[in-house]
Amino acid sequence: MAKELEEEDPIKLAAFQAKIDAEIKIEPKDWMPEKYRIGLIRQMSQHAHSEVIGMQPEGNWVSRAPSLRAKKILMAKIQDEGGHGLYLYCATETLGTSRDEILENLHAGKAKYASVFNYPAPTWADMGAIGWLVDGAAIVNQVSLQKTSYGPYSRAMVRICKEESFHQRQGYEIMANMAKGSAAQHKMAQDALDRWWWPSLMMFGPHDSESAHTSQSMKWKIKRETNDSLRQQFIDKTVPQAELIGLKIPDDNLKLDSETGHYSHTDIDWDEFWNVIKGYGPCNKKRLDHHKKAHAEGQWVREAAIAYAKKQELKLKTA
Amino acid sequence: MEDNQGILWEVFLQPKAGRPFKHVGSLHAYDKTMAMESARDLYTRRGEGNGIWIVKAEDIVASQPEDEASFFEPANDKVYRHPTFYTMPEGAKNI
Repeated sequence: MAKELEEEDPIKLAAFQAKIDAEIKIEPKDWMPEKYRIGLIRQMSQHAHSEVIGMQPEGNWVSRAPSLRAKKILMAKIQDEGGHGLYLYCATETLGTSRDEILENLHAGKAKYASVFNYPAPTWADMGAIGWLVDGAAIVNQVSLQKTSYGPYSRAMVRICKEESFHQRQGYEIMANMAKGSAAQHKMAQDALDRWWWPSLMMFGPHDSESAHTSQSMKWKIKRETNDSLRQQFIDKTVPQAELIGLKIPDDNLKLDSETGHYSHTDIDWDEFWNVIKGYGPCNKKRLDHHKKAHAEGQWVREAAIAYAKKQELKLKTA
Repeated sequence: MEDNQGILWEVFLQPKAGRPFKHVGSLHAYDKTMAMESARDLYTRRGEGNGIWIVKAEDIVASQPEDEASFFEPANDKVYRHPTFYTMPEGAKNI
């Protein structure tokens, strides 16, 4: 268990908070309270796992992409996601955990990943909806995290945001093209929007009042904006984009408040949210099983690479 | 069973010829060749650089943040190392 805040050295703790208040980034070797370190490991590894697990619903469509152009784009996007997972794993390791430990926690179900990847992607339009909505929501969150107080996390976010803007645009392009296609294509796009809208809103997490970590995370500037405020930004950005391409957001209560400039909307089905988090979503088992299988099947590759590296070293010594 | 993910390497990129190398991040790899190829795939997918340095993370010697104040202190009282310290005669040009 992490040391409680009351057990930390009060002088060091005050100096730490003063640094954060002055917008000075915390670096790996700096003193930090145990709870800051543990909280970051939890959040950053969850973020890394989300990138990696997020490759699965899309990987499913590589061999069935409708054109060579679409296929190349999809592969580039999936490769980016693998890369983003790696940036984040390395950044997490600077907090004193190991890559093996991070993966063990995922496989043991102790570490989570974004629940949104526990939904299936049954049609090509889902590739559009994932890019537009899921990546769109992730970008809103990640843009805010560029200013997070932990240096390595912040730098990884800057890099990721730079690379990810194409992800959302390629998804919106797919949706726009399908929406203006045949009636069947339009319907396919609309169905995908219907499927992904609510899970995308859920990506921002529970209401601020229900969020276990929000208040301390905000004080330490790990998080810079609350779940509800980020969710609202996403809705306000996305509704006009849907209207522009002639698709309808599946929420009859969506209304623009001309005074605040924000859309009001129906509340999320929180039972579904908690259900998927607890592991009962449509694909939870499938996603985790696949990751375990891929990891186990790579075991011989890791062993061979270690043996090869040792052999090379030996050659150098005897040469 | 041993199941490690390779050792940690730090990656430095030169964005353009003639520019200094800058730290961009780290990666895991088992040997130099793999570290170099992974660095290319991970950090230069969009032409971010045309030169890569990789260094084993364990070989890097870093200053200690807790000693920061005393370690860098000697430079603090040497204002005469800066050009603005000197008084130039009125009207002096190109200096």
